[in-house]
Amino acid sequence: MSYTKEQIANLVDGKLDWETTFRMLSMPKDQGRFAKYLAALQARVNYADKIVLPLSLHMNIVQRAGDKRWVIKCDCGHEFCDHNENWKLHAAIYVRDTEEAMTDVYPKLMAPDTQWQVYREYYCPKCGTMHDVEAPTPWYPVIHDFEPDIEAFYRDWVNLPVPERA
Amino acid sequence: MNMQDKNFAGMATNYGDLLGNGLTLKQFRDGIIERTEATGHYNGLEKLAFRDSDPIGYEKLFSKLRGGLVHARETAKKIAASPIVEQEGELCFTLYNAVGDCVLTSTGIIIHVGTMGAAIKYMIENNWEGNPGINPGDMFTNNDCAIGNVHPCDIATIVPIFWEGKLIGWVGGVTHVIDTGAVTPGSMSTGQVQRFGDGYMITCRKTGVNDTPLRDWLHESQRSVRTPKYWILDERTRIAGCHMIRDLVEEVIRADGLEAYEKFAYEVIEEGRRGLISRIKAMTLPGKYRKVSFVDVPYKHPDVQVSSAFAKLDSIMHSPCEMTIRGDGSWKLDFEGASRWGWHTFNAHQVAFTSGIWVMMCQTLVPTQRINDGAYLATDFHLPKGAWCNPDDRRTGHAYAWHFLVSGWAALWRGLGQAYFSRGYLEEVNAGNANTSNWLQGGGINQEGEIHAVNSFEASSCGTGACAVKDGLNHAAAIWNPEGDMGDIEIWEMAEPLLYLGRNVKANSGGYGKYRGGCGFETLRMVWNAQDWTMFFMGNGFMNSDWGMMGGYPSATGYRFEAHKTGLKERIAIGDSLPLGADLDPTHPDYERHIDATAHVKRDKQCITTEDCYENHDLYLNYLRGGPGFGDPLDREPKAIEDDLNQKFLLPDYAGKVYGAIFTIDAKGVFTVDAAKTQARRAEIRNERVARAVPTREWMKEERQRILDKHASVQVRHMFATSFGLSEKFKSDFKSFWDLPVDWDLREEELGVPSYGSKHRMDLSLLPDVHTVVQVEE
Ligand SMILES: [Zn+2]
Repeated sequence: MSYTKEQIANLVDGKLDWETTFRMLSMPKDQGRFAKYLAALQARVNYADKIVLPLSLHMNIVQRAGDKRWVIKCDCGHEFCDHNENWKLHAAIYVRDTEEAMTDVYPKLMAPDTQWQVYREYYCPKCGTMHDVEAPTPWYPVIHDFEPDIEAFYRDWVNLPVPERA
Repeated sequence: MNMQDKNFAGMATNYGDLLGNGLTLKQFRDGIIERTEATGHYNGLEKLAFRDSDPIGYEKLFSKLRGGLVHARETAKKIAASPIVEQEGELCFTLYNAVGDCVLTSTGIIIHVGTMGAAIKYMIENNWEGNPGINPGDMFTNNDCAIGNVHPCDIATIVPIFWEGKLIGWVGGVTHVIDTGAVTPGSMSTGQVQRFGDGYMITCRKTGVNDTPLRDWLHESQRSVRTPKYWILDERTRIAGCHMIRDLVEEVIRADGLEAYEKFAYEVIEEGRRGLISRIKAMTLPGKYRKVSFVDVPYKHPDVQVSSAFAKLDSIMHSPCEMTIRGDGSWKLDFEGASRWGWHTFNAHQVAFTSGIWVMMCQTLVPTQRINDGAYLATDFHLPKGAWCNPDDRRTGHAYAWHFLVSGWAALWRGLGQAYFSRGYLEEVNAGNANTSNWLQGGGINQEGEIHAVNSFEASSCGTGACAVKDGLNHAAAIWNPEGDMGDIEIWEMAEPLLYLGRNVKANSGGYGKYRGGCGFETLRMVWNAQDWTMFFMGNGFMNSDWGMMGGYPSATGYRFEAHKTGLKERIAIGDSLPLGADLDPTHPDYERHIDATAHVKRDKQCITTEDCYENHDLYLNYLRGGPGFGDPLDREPKAIEDDLNQKFLLPDYAGKVYGAIFTIDAKGVFTVDAAKTQARRAEIRNERVARAVPTREWMKEERQRILDKHASVQVRHMFATSFGLSEKFKSDFKSFWDLPVDWDLREEELGVPSYGSKHRMDLSLLPDVHTVVQVEE
């Protein structure tokens, strides 16, 4: 099974026709997906750094063009931190920890009670994109939720050369 | 002598000769475990001789058996009268090899792949072979949650399969019964806080001989539950299905030979193990994924009336999950840091966890027919002994273990979703599934004048999570049964003395996002033609277990609405207005305008209650939750927001506040979103976000001070204290993250709430003559 670059680009944009999407869901996975996915994402960002691994809708691990360091970068160009750090610690945070802040986004009775649970919204400090919403109890450590093994993935799983890393 | 069989003397006559190979069942099982551990392949099967030498014959056998299992389920369920089984399909049949490892399973509630296997293993490890003996035509019944069942209402009938006098396997059938004779009615009730109130409990009991149920069993079991008619037809359903499958196996052996069948029954498990690893490699990405979920257990409220003072506290279930996908495609699911079990009915046995997880995985990672114990063998589970998912006390209640289980799995959806997203398989991403609640339950004298219990399975249609390319499905699914169905109003009105005054999509219930979670729905029920009727609520309210993904919001939490002394009888008689349809905007409630002003209304976040009395014409709102969202809501297409507004899936206030939509509404009430103005408004919102936020590390200083001051609600402190009590690692990670002083500590005894069970506990394994089966790293 294989899909065209255009089909993968449409998938990324949420514009792929349902028939093809359904085939993607029901048939064995296309091994070439990752490379086409990277190409589609690369065409959609305004920076020159090479995307190594997508982390979130508007956030990638990139190989910085100047010095080949792997860093976590927002689509707007803002750099959060090194690729193996928790980007949330370098973000801007807004915590919904009062009833008033919660009812700003939910009708009465339909939000958590902030004595039990709060919502932590993590924004890009430059462009204001909301990259994640955590919903933990008060006191909960900021979760470092993903530490990919990029080398093993490129080398052993998708048979691609591992991008150079300074 | 007053003995009929001198040879028995505590040992059945066929003891040690069941298999015809000179080994007892236990010796045979030990050999399989040893060969599996030594080679990493099930039963030492480094090569799949049958599959490789005769792939077509192997596949034909697979198709015959799997087809027969599915067919047996479809046929047998017609015997049942319970709508839970007959309408919702809450049953499942599974074929096992001689040692209780699952070969193949039917569709349905396939959590039971492992639970009935655990019962068979318990019989093996505790020498059922010697006493009570295992013979052709026997039937065993089990629902014991201390040895692996999920909750007591899942009753399993287990039948051994013999060929020419030798045991070659087992078939198990399970149905979810309507009532188990627990302290309160409904199959998943909340009133009890220990096993001893969880209802009728049966431990692998021999309940049938020569294909005939024993009369003592029939009499005892039917009077032990509130709904004997449903109970007995459920049992006939299970027996019929098991016997159909036993016939099928005999037919297969007659056609293909015993050797082929036996090879298949072991090779297919090794094939299942390899299948999971190859799926992990094909779809995910190696690395560590850390996610967490929570459940509120608000037992302090006066509407939770339990028999034991020590259960009266608010607490929180904590389920942190570290999922490690290794370079070789194997994986580990580690729940170190989980909170302790509690005095309620939401505890889960380790097998309910390790087996149950496949009902979720078959909807995402392994959507195949080849679900068997192979997948379990390819997974390392770490479930700390003493945690809610692996209790270390034989008194624990389990009636609604699912409440914690599905919430615990919420973390796995997001972990897998991250993997699919990073790899580009966007079509597979699911932010999670709705927490399945509310559960409407209760009982009393029904419209036919009989003692009755209800457990509404409308809950099998909640919202699904958003995908990375589309919205979640509205009121469509339940994580615990891939074939869930909300059922027809007409059927429920026959099964329950509760008329429908509304059944509508629940506005704002799906989590916001670029793609929103699927909306749940709500039904307004009026008690009608019942006597001495009770009901209660069972679901999340103060917290939400499903987070959004990548900037999407969690779904809405629950709330309850009930009304008594409504005056509806008189209002109906005089043709006055009635509460009909949705509770559209709980900020501005409308139902109250169509019932008597003196009505007694409860409208709050207390979504767990115990049995309370309802008169005819009282009201109960059954609100089924929505799924979580994906992506920043400011990325949502204006057209999609417009559609949501026009379908009443979203209240206008929130289209503006959450999505930044600028819209107009015409005289007919049709909404139109202005794309250009919306874009401009969204730029402002982004600026507002940056303006109100602070750097995370700045905020952490304030939060650290609150921890030093021990400033948090007692339930939050209780959760951390129980997790710390079970895991030094979790505690030291917590302290190092917040940079707390070495002597900082938090203990249950300093909280001033009941801590019964926190120090003194007794595991089932400590009972004389009991050998428990441990299937996880503890
Ligand atoms: Zn940015």
